[in-house]
Amino acid sequence: MSRITHCFTELKRHGKKALIPYLTAGDPNVATTLGLMHALVANGADLIELGFPFSDPSADGPVVQRAIERSLAKKTTLRSVLEIVRLFRTTDQNTPVVLMGYLNPVECMGYQTFTDAAVAAGVDGVLLVDMPPEEGHDLQPIMRKAGLETIYLVAPTSNPKRIAAICKQSSGYVYYVSLKGVTGASHLDVDSVATNLARLREYTALPLGVGFGIRDAESAAQIAKIADAVVVGSALINRIAELKDQDTYTAAELERQTSLIADMRKAMDR
Amino acid sequence: MSEHLIHHKTYDFPDQSGHFGPFGGIFVGETLMPALEELNRQYERLKHDPAFWAEFDYDLAHYVGRPSPLYFAERLTKLCGGARIFLKREDLNHTGAHKVNNTIGQALLARAMGKTRIIAETGAGQHGVATATVAARLGLECHVFMGVDDIQRQSANVFRMKMLGANVVGVSSGSRTLKDAMNEALRDWATNVDNTYYIIGTVAGPHPYPMLVRDFQSVIGREVKEQSMKQIGRLPDSLVACVGGGSNAIGLFYPFIDDKQVRMIGVEAGGLGLETGKHAAPLSAGQPGVLHGNRTYLMNDADGQILETHSVSAGLDYPGVGPEHSWLKDLHRAEYTAVTDDEALAAFRTLTRSEGIIPALESSHAVAHALKLAPTLPAEHVMVVNLSGRGDKDLHTVAAIDNIKL
Repeated sequence: MSRITHCFTELKRHGKKALIPYLTAGDPNVATTLGLMHALVANGADLIELGFPFSDPSADGPVVQRAIERSLAKKTTLRSVLEIVRLFRTTDQNTPVVLMGYLNPVECMGYQTFTDAAVAAGVDGVLLVDMPPEEGHDLQPIMRKAGLETIYLVAPTSNPKRIAAICKQSSGYVYYVSLKGVTGASHLDVDSVATNLARLREYTALPLGVGFGIRDAESAAQIAKIADAVVVGSALINRIAELKDQDTYTAAELERQTSLIADMRKAMDR
Repeated sequence: MSEHLIHHKTYDFPDQSGHFGPFGGIFVGETLMPALEELNRQYERLKHDPAFWAEFDYDLAHYVGRPSPLYFAERLTKLCGGARIFLKREDLNHTGAHKVNNTIGQALLARAMGKTRIIAETGAGQHGVATATVAARLGLECHVFMGVDDIQRQSANVFRMKMLGANVVGVSSGSRTLKDAMNEALRDWATNVDNTYYIIGTVAGPHPYPMLVRDFQSVIGREVKEQSMKQIGRLPDSLVACVGGGSNAIGLFYPFIDDKQVRMIGVEAGGLGLETGKHAAPLSAGQPGVLHGNRTYLMNDADGQILETHSVSAGLDYPGVGPEHSWLKDLHRAEYTAVTDDEALAAFRTLTRSEGIIPALESSHAVAHALKLAPTLPAEHVMVVNLSGRGDKDLHTVAAIDNIKL
């Protein structure tokens, strides 16, 4: 059983929902990112989505854009992000890590090279926001053969035909984008998310994660009632953005800075 | 079948999934996928509707002023002492460039799809002006995304867009130029996808844009074919056009793809020289990758990060290129080369003084290559250079280079 499937199975057994923080690797620097990943787990995260930077993040809102710009200013590369995962795995073998980003850095490294390096580092799944399943026919088989889960997005605009096709290509979990727009938008409509999730359930037995627009403990708890996983990105990155570019933060300091995750955990488990 | 849809015997691209060989395709977030499918469906329907093309032709004739002349540049030819140089006068179009051919077509699509809000990206501002123009004419709300650096260097076009009623949105992320304007337009579209039509200005972006922009711009090459038969009794021997995203070049080349004897030459922006890395010439010095919804030749670093480009011409200052050009390059059907800022500026002056035509700095790149190539060719060789736009918008840039304050 893959680490992601095991994670969701265990949560279900305990009647809990997954809390998935997203953070941009290399913001404010790679050493702090590693510390933050451990802090997030300590605060109750079940799975981590680790963003690797791309110069042209056309599906992201301003908060993630700025995090990516800070990361690129520190010369973070896809290889240095994989190195963060390798270091994380030396002390945490349980928490699944999903790499999230845009296709071009992966193309540039080469599909097989990337896949081998990701597996060796301890990555569990990959979500490429600008690679719809239609364009994944070369990369997807390579990743699946190597044991990487392929996570795809479903949007409020997706029609039944697309939903069926996406679910067929997905493994690990399905990421439902809660609203029309970019990451960090503020118009979350829980009722319409519930309706669309119910529709989505008819197509897949995979866990359903919901992201975009979840910003506090209350909205996390609302989404946890209707989904299997809650993804939080921009709201967390706003806290991380307050950190300085230094690698001397203690574990306690990083846990305090990301206490939003602990608050969400508490509200979701209530 | 409409004459607007050209069917080649040996070349049928893009395929059903929007690919030109390994290039093109649809690489966007899921939110936009259904909108692109819908656009493709609507275009496939309308492109077989004679009434759609009749309206397109009417607008091009009476609003844009087509056909644009194929002009024999006699003094320029004498100056070069070789091939006979003809200029396709896209600079005479309403709004001053070839861009309006495409915005007319896409505005008709937007109206047919019932969209009430238009967005566009722009670099030099020519596409922004052409979009604001058709939006004004159809009474549609219009928002144009433009890098804040480009807003600075193209202030006249910014003012034109505002006069036309468009909202010009400054983009201050990334390198603050055309590529970032395109990112922001994609973000806006994902947010307002229900009522918004995105008019992409070049033959790039996700399928079906490279195809439909090509089809609209192909009026250039169709006219050249007809005009050259009428004026010289045969097809030209070579076609020369500048390539940024590559819409004026595809417009000229596409109808000639099956005419194998016709050389097609695309001229990229060599900036300060390819060896300096400060240029915008992905076909000459880049490699394939994925940006803005399609796979194509790109300028990126070893980690796949898109590089900042440089060109004296804002309209060519883009790190990618239309995927069909990448395919024509790999098929060896078209050749691609680059000229430097300095060569383009020299050509700008040469054409202005010899023919009394002030070209856009973009088009000056094509002229510059023609000036190099024509002297090496015999007098019976006929070369058509696409004069894609006029230079009024560039007078400030050229004056600044000459240290003249306007």
